[in-house]
Amino acid sequence: MKKQIANWGNYPMMESDEKSFAFDEQLKEVIRKEGSLIPRGNGRCYGDASLADVTVSTLKYDKILSFNTSDGILECQSGITLDQVLEVIVPKGWFLPVTPGTKFITVGGAIASDVHGKNHHVDGCFSHHVLEMDILLGNGETLRCSPSFNTDLFEATCGGMGLTGVITRVRFSLKKIETSYIRQKQVKAENLDEVLRLFEEYKHYTYSVAWIDCLKKGKDFGRSILILGEHATVSDLDESKKKDPLKLPKKKQITFPFNLPWWILNTFTVKAFNFLYYHKNTKKEINNVVSYEPFFYPLDAILHWNRGYGSKGFIQYQFVLPLEARNGLVEIMKRISDAGLGSFLAVLKVFGKQDSLISFPKEGYTLALDFPVRKGLMEFLDELDQIVLKYGGRLYMSKDARMKPGVLQAGYPRLQQFKNIIHKYNPDNKLRSIQSDRLLLTEN
Amino acid sequence: MPTALILGATSDMAIAISRKFASHKYNIQLAARKTESLQALQSDLQIRYGVECSLHEFDALKYQSHASFFAQLDPIPDVTICVFGYLGEANKARTDWQEAARIIQTNYVGGVSALDRVADIYSQKKQGTIVGISSVAGERGRQSNYHYGSAKAGFTAYLSGLRNRLYHEGVHVVTVQPGFVYTRMTENLQLPKLLTGQPADVANTVYNAVLNKKNVVYVKWFWRWIMLIIRSIPEFMFKKLKM
Repeated sequence: MKKQIANWGNYPMMESDEKSFAFDEQLKEVIRKEGSLIPRGNGRCYGDASLADVTVSTLKYDKILSFNTSDGILECQSGITLDQVLEVIVPKGWFLPVTPGTKFITVGGAIASDVHGKNHHVDGCFSHHVLEMDILLGNGETLRCSPSFNTDLFEATCGGMGLTGVITRVRFSLKKIETSYIRQKQVKAENLDEVLRLFEEYKHYTYSVAWIDCLKKGKDFGRSILILGEHATVSDLDESKKKDPLKLPKKKQITFPFNLPWWILNTFTVKAFNFLYYHKNTKKEINNVVSYEPFFYPLDAILHWNRGYGSKGFIQYQFVLPLEARNGLVEIMKRISDAGLGSFLAVLKVFGKQDSLISFPKEGYTLALDFPVRKGLMEFLDELDQIVLKYGGRLYMSKDARMKPGVLQAGYPRLQQFKNIIHKYNPDNKLRSIQSDRLLLTEN
Repeated sequence: MPTALILGATSDMAIAISRKFASHKYNIQLAARKTESLQALQSDLQIRYGVECSLHEFDALKYQSHASFFAQLDPIPDVTICVFGYLGEANKARTDWQEAARIIQTNYVGGVSALDRVADIYSQKKQGTIVGISSVAGERGRQSNYHYGSAKAGFTAYLSGLRNRLYHEGVHVVTVQPGFVYTRMTENLQLPKLLTGQPADVANTVYNAVLNKKNVVYVKWFWRWIMLIIRSIPEFMFKKLKM
């Protein structure tokens, strides 16, 4: 059925013929009948990575095939979302090895974007925990791949934005937990220097991330709240929680009912919000035990929060800079603060070492912030791209809706190798998106 | 634990219904022409909901096999839900008897043949619930799909009669009237967003109807009123409409 679709940023929006499948034969039929297409999960990448004239939704392909509760190995179809996985694994004492800031993404999407989480410096990306997967290629053939078998296909599929084929079956390993709670520590940092020092000081924590205010200038430049966490053990819990340590959190959700008018987000309102967010923590340090939901998925409690940026949508800009490029971080944050283009809180994280073919993370600082789409934004982001490149950084394709092909080329040293592998497995460009066309990953 | 049998278990509606009943701790019997493709759903139901799930070969159009199909079920299901159906291509059915016959046989004859067998079993046991998924298309024939509509009309009338008969035997029959539902069957149709339900809506309606012993239920309440209006248009006007 033809319909208007967009990913989480609501930008760009386009008409697409969306196909679905629940069984292998149905997927093969779609692949055989249609021209070029791109697989699409829950549409939670931000930009145009899963947009095309024809999309094939994996959401009905969501079965759990096996779950070994003693080894913590889950085998599933690619369209199952992480929130469904959590409902099954948490009561059995297991957790996702890596989770991004939303649980409303599919397992296939987690691999195609090779998502990272607050534990990247300890556990790496999602793909590090994938034991094997099946890929349906554009020619209708299914290939199994793993870190040791059909390695090139495996590497190019992790973070490969769906361009090798449709991920169908995945086997990945989970993380053992004693409780469904997190022992959380929040530390306020007065400025950028302090938060970066705190990241270093607390790097032994499994989970770490900072909410950072990008609009503050002067001595408060980069003031932040560093959020740290460890999976709580039973002994960390109070008596009432000990009775059911693996309890699933209750579903409490509210829906953002409509698009906010674009002018609501301006420098003043964003500054006010950031002020409140920073000062809601009245103490320098807070230690408490919370359910995994508010710790990992604070924004999932508000369905359609993306409507807060208005009907024109927004761009989430996420880059990573090497550790030695701390000045670059300062320069970029200053540019953002001066431009006053209005972003809510930004998220800062220090990545650990990683050297993948095409996945986004590499050791260094990563900053993610939202910009509502408005006049002049694209030109401004082009300028930021140049600073990112100058300091040896790169952008995250899952968030991208606008970068120029040269920016991708300059940021990913193994891009040509990635292109060669795509060409090997997807020679007719059967798998292609408007992003892959824009970034010249698929040839016209 | 009670058991529910799903006849025609490969459709989007059937998958949603099986999950709904499994989430309420029903063991599930899945029946379809090819059971091989149902293995994924089988493991999914077992792992997610901790229930038992078995697979059974069943072909709605092989009427002769229906008696032996029900004879081999162990246990006899507490609830039998008839989900299979075939929308077909309306335009093709006008000129192609094969297509017209398949629509009629799947939606009407197959349903009657299968449910007659289970009706016998339930009436002897003096218990059981039968659910038939019919369609609002059966409430009035329209030019856009009258083969499908008339077969569903026949099925609705059959369920009504069956309910009447089995009431006296302590067996309950539910007629489910979905309106538009987003499924693979309707993937190529432009459906009005406000009027169209999800397979999960059908599943919730079916489960609640079984629980509360409802007779005729619509998926999304307003369809009852929409169909009331459509049924009450005088024929001399109705025939001029393009519906």
